[in-house]
Amino acid sequence: MRYAMAVDTKKCVGCSDCVVACQTENNVPIGFCRDWIVEVTDGTYPQLEVEIRSERCNHCENSPCVRCCPTGASHYAEGGVVLVTPHKCIGCGACIASCPYDARYPHPDGHVDKCTFCLHNRVEKGLDPACVSVCPTKCMYFGDLDDPNSPVSKVLKTRKYKTLIPEAGTNPQLYFLI
Amino acid sequence: MREEIIVSGRMNHLIDPQLHIWHWHIPLYLFLGGLAAGILFFASLYTILGKEKEYPTAVRLAPFLTPVLLTVGLLALLLDLNHKLYFWQLYTTIRLESPMSWGAWTLMVVTPLSIVWCALNIKVLFPQWDWKYQWIWDLDAFFRKNLKVISWVLLISSLILGVYTGILFSAFNARPLWNTSILGPLFLTSGLSTGAAAIILMSKNAHERHNFARIDLMLIGIELFLIIHMFMGFLASTQVHIDAASLFLGGPYTTPFWLFVVTLGLAIPALLEVLEIKGYKMPVFIAPALVIFGGLMFRFIIAYAGQVSRWLY
Repeated sequence: MRYAMAVDTKKCVGCSDCVVACQTENNVPIGFCRDWIVEVTDGTYPQLEVEIRSERCNHCENSPCVRCCPTGASHYAEGGVVLVTPHKCIGCGACIASCPYDARYPHPDGHVDKCTFCLHNRVEKGLDPACVSVCPTKCMYFGDLDDPNSPVSKVLKTRKYKTLIPEAGTNPQLYFLI
Repeated sequence: MREEIIVSGRMNHLIDPQLHIWHWHIPLYLFLGGLAAGILFFASLYTILGKEKEYPTAVRLAPFLTPVLLTVGLLALLLDLNHKLYFWQLYTTIRLESPMSWGAWTLMVVTPLSIVWCALNIKVLFPQWDWKYQWIWDLDAFFRKNLKVISWVLLISSLILGVYTGILFSAFNARPLWNTSILGPLFLTSGLSTGAAAIILMSKNAHERHNFARIDLMLIGIELFLIIHMFMGFLASTQVHIDAASLFLGGPYTTPFWLFVVTLGLAIPALLEVLEIKGYKMPVFIAPALVIFGGLMFRFIIAYAGQVSRWLY
């Protein structure tokens, strides 16, 4: 099993519903976020292109955060989802410094926190992650890459896509449809 | 002009707009750990070579600093943790992939050994010292009998401690400035250099001072070579590495790095040490004090500048 997510940059309008849904579903402390919107404007005026992305942890197959964690608190869970076990985390910050996407943050309770793909609270119950389920433009696709009929497998077969800084060698599992 | 503007809605404390997860604790610890590693390296090296009498400060006196340095360093590390009460989780597992894990275990070897080393030389500080209990005397005799073994273990573990302070950084490919394998040997050399400087500061024996001034001079030469090598590597690498190097080549860290680390911490002490070896009379504390200051600044600058350097996407 290999959980992955695809975000359609042509459909995303940057409304931040995914951000709020995640904060509500996962009790994210106020002032922090596990997912966020990035807007990239590129070109020479007036020929400009805008790309809007809903970003989060890339649940990399070769995660620097899992590698650098001295206690094993950061680990690969079911389907390759990268999780943090709070009671094993000493809050040393090694994983935060090691993430090229800066997807992690220090939780006010002391441990490190990040996107979980809603693995335990939703996905294991057969639901989509909170961000995917609320998206008003239906721009996000989630599922198992090993299952050819999952929404994410289907959309990656038909559309062009990219990942973020693949040259960092992390093999990210968050795909952006372009 | 073609431009790319990236606007992010993320504003996580200590992460945005610029990573600042590590403050003064980490560079201070790396400095103290490197200094302790340097002192212990020379103490064990000259014991193995059988030159205890020739270099009494290096072998017997300077190591008294190391338990203090290591304890203060460990305290700084503990203060840095966000989940302090869970620090013991470090010692429930050995993760060879994580430099922080094997660094923690190396400290578990080096710190007790540094205390044993001091206990064996306690009469240098307190000539009338008596352990009072027979079992401590038995332990003392046991350690003395196995001094060569202890010296070898200390020699190797102090080298690992010195290298690890640099590898800790170089393991992070997310921060291009840190992501160079030169950092391991560079931090080791700098640690040995500050260790030699501490020995010069404490020594009252001119022969020993001159020997360590020569050693320090050689180490400074190696450090300068490694620094040049590091920049050559960066400038011949990818855009993010070129950007990382430019932090020191015209960027915000240019003055602190070239003034405090290279000029005051390496070039001037090297010059003073050459003059001293040639027999010029001057206050002996200036060169080693500058070396120690440069070593401290070096770690602070690398720790802070590294967090500024990042991938672009």
